[in-house]
Amino acid sequence: MLTLAIETSCDETSCAVVKDGREVLSNIISSQIEIHKKFGGVVPEIASRKHIESIDNILQEALDTAGVAFKDIDLISVTQGPGLVGALLVGLSTAKALAYALDIPIIGVNHIEGHVCANFIEHKELEPPFTCLIVSGGHTYLVQANGYTDYELVGRTRDDAAGEAFDKVARSIGLPYPGGPLIDKLAKIGNKEAIDFPRVVIDDHTYDFSFSGLKTAVLNHLNQAKQKGEEIIIEDVAASFQQAVLDVLVDKTFRLAKERNSDKIVIAGGVAANKGLRTMMEERGKKEGIRIYYPSRILCTDNAAMIGSAGYFNYINGKVSDLGMNVMPNLDIK
Amino acid sequence: MEIRLNSLEETEEFGIKLGRSLRRGDILCLNGDLGAGKTTLTKSIGLGLGVEEYITSPTFALINQYSGRLPVYHFDVYRLENVEELFDLGFDEYFYGNGVCIIEWADKIDRMIPKERIVIDIEKGNNLNERIFKFSGDEARLDELMKELKLD
Repeated sequence: MLTLAIETSCDETSCAVVKDGREVLSNIISSQIEIHKKFGGVVPEIASRKHIESIDNILQEALDTAGVAFKDIDLISVTQGPGLVGALLVGLSTAKALAYALDIPIIGVNHIEGHVCANFIEHKELEPPFTCLIVSGGHTYLVQANGYTDYELVGRTRDDAAGEAFDKVARSIGLPYPGGPLIDKLAKIGNKEAIDFPRVVIDDHTYDFSFSGLKTAVLNHLNQAKQKGEEIIIEDVAASFQQAVLDVLVDKTFRLAKERNSDKIVIAGGVAANKGLRTMMEERGKKEGIRIYYPSRILCTDNAAMIGSAGYFNYINGKVSDLGMNVMPNLDIK
Repeated sequence: MEIRLNSLEETEEFGIKLGRSLRRGDILCLNGDLGAGKTTLTKSIGLGLGVEEYITSPTFALINQYSGRLPVYHFDVYRLENVEELFDLGFDEYFYGNGVCIIEWADKIDRMIPKERIVIDIEKGNNLNERIFKFSGDEARLDELMKELKLD
């Protein structure tokens, strides 16, 4: 079964062809950061009009790369939310037009569920149930996956997303965009015990996260050091900050896994590419007999292949959308 | 016009009161460095507006929408590189819409925001959680708000 998938929830315009939910035949993403660097800075593909300009080409490219034509497609899968309303509309309208013209079913997919499903593509043997941490520039969610289409939202951020905290701290120590991966690199050299930044756990009864206070603590530390004329070792700041984030992420994820008797933890989203996070998860997993799964770098970012996988699993489990569906910018996991 | 708030609690109390006083069409601009407390202030304004969801940072999503007693549009233009991108995003539809707009890093897009606005410049005080709010913008609306908040 071939799924043609479309993702336009935020900056990226992406189209993909996915076979049986786990095999990627093509996965085309418009705004690769490499391209931005060539133009000396970020050119965020934030605007819905940019999605409109690029989506036809990306769609064609996805079909060509997969070596298939429209007539071979069995299902259209599209991100319905959460995301930026104008951007989502471009993808959804395109998807509806295709489903109508080709007279094939369409399914609206939750973007966060898509991130989880990136792991079904990467790990052919992976099956629910498992505990999942989704961390990116825009999202921080702790989810218990009880089945392929049964996701239970257990924790979320109450202020900044984890990836956003990385990018903002990076900016404050003078690193260029995108800062998160650079923090990860510097953290490897720095001393993670140099500065004792706060671990915000909110309280023991909730799985929610909070990173705004940590970001402010780093900024205060930098200001105070500057005022006192102390030398700032950015490697140490990066390592100490990253450790403070990871301690909370890893601890809560394992706490949930144990509470639910999961023997699998899945990480997804842009921050799942963070080496520090992967290593820490794996070390703890080894100790506690829990296997850790994460996708390759390209499947960590926003991409359509993961939406194709999520759409497929929803469809074969009896779910389908109709052409009357609308975008849902605030869509939550149920 | 400026006020000094000595703690997170005082800031929250002020935000809730401000939220209660806001009305349809108000545009609130928040300026201040990273960590000044723009999103934190927006959270308490949201409480005052009757928003029940968690208000989280819109840095990545650019616009978050909430429904309180009025629609609340929470912007963060930190990530925008130039004002042209605003047109592409259709910001004007929100600015002249029927809700309350709260715009973080508003000074980055100053000339795009209607003159009828309330501006709060947030500065850090001497103590860790002390903040100084400096008000400017549309005088008539500001006077009204100050009276309602008993800050005049």
